Order: sequence, then structure tokens, then C-alpha cells
Amino acid sequence: MCLGIPAKIVAITDLANSLALAETAGVQRQVSVAMLTLQGKTIESLVGEWVLLHVGFAMALIDQEEADRALGLLAQMDPDSQ
Amino acid sequence: MMMLTSAFRDSSQVTKLITLIQTVADPLADKWGRPLQIMEVCGGHTHAIFKFGLDQLIPKSVEFIHGPGCPVCVLPIEAIDQAVIIAEQPEVIFTSFGDPLRVPGSKKSLLQAKAQGADIRVLYSPLDAIALAKNNPEKQVVFFAIGFDTTMPGIAFSLLTAAQQGINNLRFLCHHIRLMPTLIALLAGEKVQLDGFVGPGHVSMVIGANAYQPITERYRKPLVIAGFEPVDFLQALYQLILQLAQDRCEIENAYARVVTAEGNLSAQRAISTVFDDGVDSQWRGLEMVLGSGVKIKECYQAFDARQLLNSTVLPQSSAEIKDPDYCNAVLMGKLKPDQCPLFRKQCTPENPRGALMVSGEGACAAYYYYKGT
Ligand code: SF4
Repeated sequence: MCLGIPAKIVAITDLANSLALAETAGVQRQVSVAMLTLQGKTIESLVGEWVLLHVGFAMALIDQEEADRALGLLAQMDPDSQ
Repeated sequence: MMMLTSAFRDSSQVTKLITLIQTVADPLADKWGRPLQIMEVCGGHTHAIFKFGLDQLIPKSVEFIHGPGCPVCVLPIEAIDQAVIIAEQPEVIFTSFGDPLRVPGSKKSLLQAKAQGADIRVLYSPLDAIALAKNNPEKQVVFFAIGFDTTMPGIAFSLLTAAQQGINNLRFLCHHIRLMPTLIALLAGEKVQLDGFVGPGHVSMVIGANAYQPITERYRKPLVIAGFEPVDFLQALYQLILQLAQDRCEIENAYARVVTAEGNLSAQRAISTVFDDGVDSQWRGLEMVLGSGVKIKECYQAFDARQLLNSTVLPQSSAEIKDPDYCNAVLMGKLKPDQCPLFRKQCTPENPRGALMVSGEGACAAYYYYKGT
């Protein structure tokens, strides 16, 4: 119940109610993106974005640059130099 | 992006992080004369540790205390009793996430009530309860609202949506708990010996990294927020151990692709619009946790399912109906699940004696499924 899952927003299904179609591993379901649009995002700009889903709500955008940065830092770490 | 998920599971990175952790943790544990004691707060992390076999890889110099971070595991018996009483009312469709169904109540679990004819349905999202209420105007639809700060915004938002749409046959039986008062109670009670926290990724995406300030400032415990892939978790563990080695005490965020400093503000707003917090709340396995509970605000009373309990006398949760004492010891980090004499014998996921064995995120269930025999 507590776990969130990453999903990609593929389409807006109900603009007025902030509902969108999210896809994870080939499975699509309707989710609410209201908690992101109230944060100042336009609903259209969410299409194509990766989000963290929790109990039917997109709760956070997944920041691809941050992910790359974290992996980049890890790549630079060297156990032998500790 | 799926590439990214696999990157956070990359075994060469896992091996590298394990080496890094060992290099820093071993000398520190030698110096202290005991292993470093790290609490992973979130049941999702407990689950990840065992699912990915990290417990086999992490050096002996690091010991995990599985924290109270599975809301299903600390759900009080009274909550289940209330849920059963409401679910058994003939005009009620009782809805819930799947996890609480097998948690034992003082008389029965929700699953047993369902087998005896109560209309109990598992939903993926509280939003689905709105549709159900619309389609069943002659029924009262009740949603079992449990969970930490991660689940609360979805419930709050669904309640607000129902209010806006003038739906008057949907109610919430609210047994939420909030993470920060819980951690503070744990630290203030000084009942567990721990050196630092791996912070819960998904609670943090709601409340934000800044929310943990009191833990570092008042209680001098470092905390590093972690995601749920192996590389995420180990990276956070490494940063945490590095802090201990360097005698630093800070909030760090190793899950910045999802968690921001201030969290999800509209989610926080939904929570504070709907709930009053600071309610003392009884936890299964622990005593009263001051200020950890919430209740639905006066102005949304029409959506509070407790009203359906008004005329009913609650069964006394008498002293003999409680979880075995071992559960309490596991919750406090004093006993490992497989040290409980009932583990895998009288207590299994099919026939749980305590809630820790019920939810897949419970420490005992995680040991059961992933730690062999
Ligand atoms: S094995 Fe069962 S009885 Fe023992 S601590 Fe875990 S849940 Fe409680």
C-alpha cells in the first residue's frame, strides 16, 4: 500500500478533473494528476513525463536530470581510493 | 527511463557500494565495539532489503532495526473492530486497500467478515470509492483510510472531490498516522538504541526533506532519504555511514529525483484542509504515540464514518485479545522476527498471530518470504 511506482503519463483523459492515463510496464490506468497541476504544472505539459504514482495519484515528477546526476556521481566513486 | 530503473539495479554498482560501505563501516564498528545500528523507517525498505537479498551483502558491522514504518502492522485492534462493525451493516459497501483485510481484530478480520457475507471490496485508489458511491446511491460507501503521510493526500483529495460534487453517501473511517510524531516519540522514549535513519522515500516526497530537521537538531541523529531500488538504498546507507564516520549529523537526500526539500505543497495543503492533527493515537504493539494520529475536521464530519458507530457498543478489546508480546519486541528493534518462537510455526502469513506477519511490508512477513527456511 505504501509503495509508489514509476509510471509514464501517456495522455490526458479528463481535463476538467485532472485525470490522465499512466502506463507502467505496458499496463495503463487512469490516475489523478491534480496534485501536480496544483503545484503549477499545466496538465498538458505532463504528457510524456515520468511520475511517481501512489494509490491512483501522481505525487511527484521524476526528475531525469537528478537521476542522471546521481548515477554520474556514483560512477565517479572509487572504492580503492577510500 | 526504464533504462534508469535498471541502472538503479545494476549489480556492479551494488557491489561497489557494498565495498564502500564495508570500508567505512568496519573500522567504525571496531572503534565503537559494536555494529552500527541503522533504522530503516519504511516497510518498503524492509521489503527491498530482503527482496534484493541486500541483507546477505551488507557487512556484519551494520545492523538493521526494522522500524515501525508499516501502517498495517501498527493498526490497532480497535480500528479493525470498528471496520468490521461498519462493514457488517446491511446498507454499507465497505472498501479498503487490500493489505488490512487479514489483520486480526478482537473477534474477526475483515476477510472473515467478508466470508460471512459483508460487502467488502478491495480498491486500488480512494478515487474509485467516489465512482462506487455514485453508482450505488442507495448504499453507504465507506473507505478504510489508513496509512502514513503518503496515503493521506489521496484520501483528503478524494474527500474534497466528493464534497465538491455533493456526494452524500461516501464516508471515510480514518486511522491515519503521521510519520514525524512517530519518529519523535521513538527518539524521545529512548527505547531504541540507534545511530541513524534511512529515511522513507515516499513519505518524504509528500512532506519534503526539510521536515526532518528536528531529528538532526534536537536528537542528533543523521537521516538520509532513500529510494527503493538497491542502488538507491545502498547509496543512502553509504552516505549515512559516512556521516557517522565523519561525526556529522545532517539530513541528506539520496532520492532527489523524486523528493524535494519542501515536498508536495498541494498534497500538504489537502492534508491540512481535511485533517486536524496532533491526536494521540494508540498503536498496535506500542503504547499510545502522542500526537501521531489525525481526525477529520469538524466541517467535514458528514464524511466521517465514525458516525456510523454512534449507536453501536464497541467490543472491549480485552487484555487477552492482543498480539503476542514478541511483536512489540520486534517493533522496538529488540528482537529479529526469526528469533520469535512463533515465527514460521504458529505464526505464518496464512495464519498470522500478529500484524507484522500480515502485510507484505511487515518485518515478519519479509523475513518469512525472503529469508529461506
Ligand atoms: S512472528 Fe508473528 S508473533 Fe512473532 S513477532 Fe512476528 S508477527 Fe508477532
